[in-house]
Amino acid sequence: MSVPEELQYTRSHEWVRTEGDTATIGITDHAQDELGDIVFVELPEEGVTFDAGDSFGTVESVKAVSDLYTPVGGEVVEVNEALSDSPEKINEDPYGEGWIVKIQVSGKGDLLSASDYEQFLEAEES
Amino acid sequence: MANEGLRRTPLYDEHKSLGARLVDFAGWEMPVQYEGIKAEHNAVRNHAGLFDVSHMGEAVFRGADAEVAVQRLVTRDVSRLDEGQAGYSAVCYEDGGTVDDVIVYRRPDDFLIVVNASNREKDLDHFRENTRDLDVEVADESDNWALLALQGPEAADLLQNLTDTDLSTLKPFRFVQEEVADAKTIISRTGYTGEDGFELYLSPDNAPRVWREILEAGATPAGLGSRDTLRLEAGMCLYGNELDPETTPLEAGIGFAVHLDKEQEFIGQEALKTEKEEGLRKKLVGFEVEGRGIARHDYPVKVEEEDVGRVTSGTLSPTLGKAIGLALVSPGVEDRFEVVIRDRPVEVHTVPLPFYKREKK
Repeated sequence: MSVPEELQYTRSHEWVRTEGDTATIGITDHAQDELGDIVFVELPEEGVTFDAGDSFGTVESVKAVSDLYTPVGGEVVEVNEALSDSPEKINEDPYGEGWIVKIQVSGKGDLLSASDYEQFLEAEES
Repeated sequence: MANEGLRRTPLYDEHKSLGARLVDFAGWEMPVQYEGIKAEHNAVRNHAGLFDVSHMGEAVFRGADAEVAVQRLVTRDVSRLDEGQAGYSAVCYEDGGTVDDVIVYRRPDDFLIVVNASNREKDLDHFRENTRDLDVEVADESDNWALLALQGPEAADLLQNLTDTDLSTLKPFRFVQEEVADAKTIISRTGYTGEDGFELYLSPDNAPRVWREILEAGATPAGLGSRDTLRLEAGMCLYGNELDPETTPLEAGIGFAVHLDKEQEFIGQEALKTEKEEGLRKKLVGFEVEGRGIARHDYPVKVEEEDVGRVTSGTLSPTLGKAIGLALVSPGVEDRFEVVIRDRPVEVHTVPLPFYKREKK
């Protein structure tokens, strides 16, 4: 499973890319692989504010529904509308075209480094 | 994820080597998918897919009263089955609630009843408790059988390469005892996908080799994930979703498997007759979601904010590209209602079942 070094992670399998005070959020390669074919994404509205750890949407695969939890608090400044028509982008490119929301960061939750997330995955697998 | 204490089918090592994702299904460690549910679903609709369903249970009824016993237990009139013929049936409690849905095979010397894995122990207890006064032995032979389901428009051509028996003469719901890839096999023209296909009962020892030969002949391994989307498109019931002890087979829309006029009385017959005369308490409907979202098992059904039922199964149909589902609703519910998807009511409309019907050749 791919775990890019430059990103931060959560125990609920989201990733965060921080550029200035904007955080781009998606789900990890491991998460998309566990879910299988993603067929539907429920996105938040732009302008809505979340606290770190809040559920901000859902992704659904053929088989299951999974809640999305924001790793950072703040206001949603952009959502990936392309996912409405092409939710499979999350499977195909989870760290790129499959990004889900961008949030103007006002507070941070408990984030893991890439190596900590890899260790977390190993512990979860065993 | 540790799957401790789970039962494994004779094909467990095959699934591992194919990289399947294994999950706990009714106490069994079963493959939910290999490459992906959509790809496997489409392989069955367009070509041929191979499922391991060895977790299913097999009960055999032997003895002078075997037919009397089966007639008492199942809703179908099995006196109308020929030797070599199988029939889909419900098993009911006295109040008409459903114990299980099963396939009854009439063999020359006995009856074989195939039951859901999740109901195996419950069914065997029910079968034995209700036939104590009869000269019949009810044997749980589940561990003696592996079960493969080869399904799809190319299933017959593919299987014909591995058997000498002429499959073109084997009609739906008929079975023969023959050889497949030199292994003794019950070849049954049945399935749970809405496609033509076969279910193959064979000894656990032979199963891995036959499994590999069928894959080498061109079938795609398919998991329980696509089995569920395929059966739902075909409008078929799943025990625990559409059928349960609180739901009668009439309510779940499988009245075609209930012979209320059966001469020998079956358990639940009086209750079902009464329900038919007085009107169903609920009914199963198929629906399509109009807005965005996917209805799932147990989501509430509402009309003008009043609770009128539950979604029993729902998914995004890979064949139709639409969110579809089945729901058990009050008899008065008409062709439009709402499903509450995570606190959000979404409009749906009913559609005739099945959602998908294959074109007959």
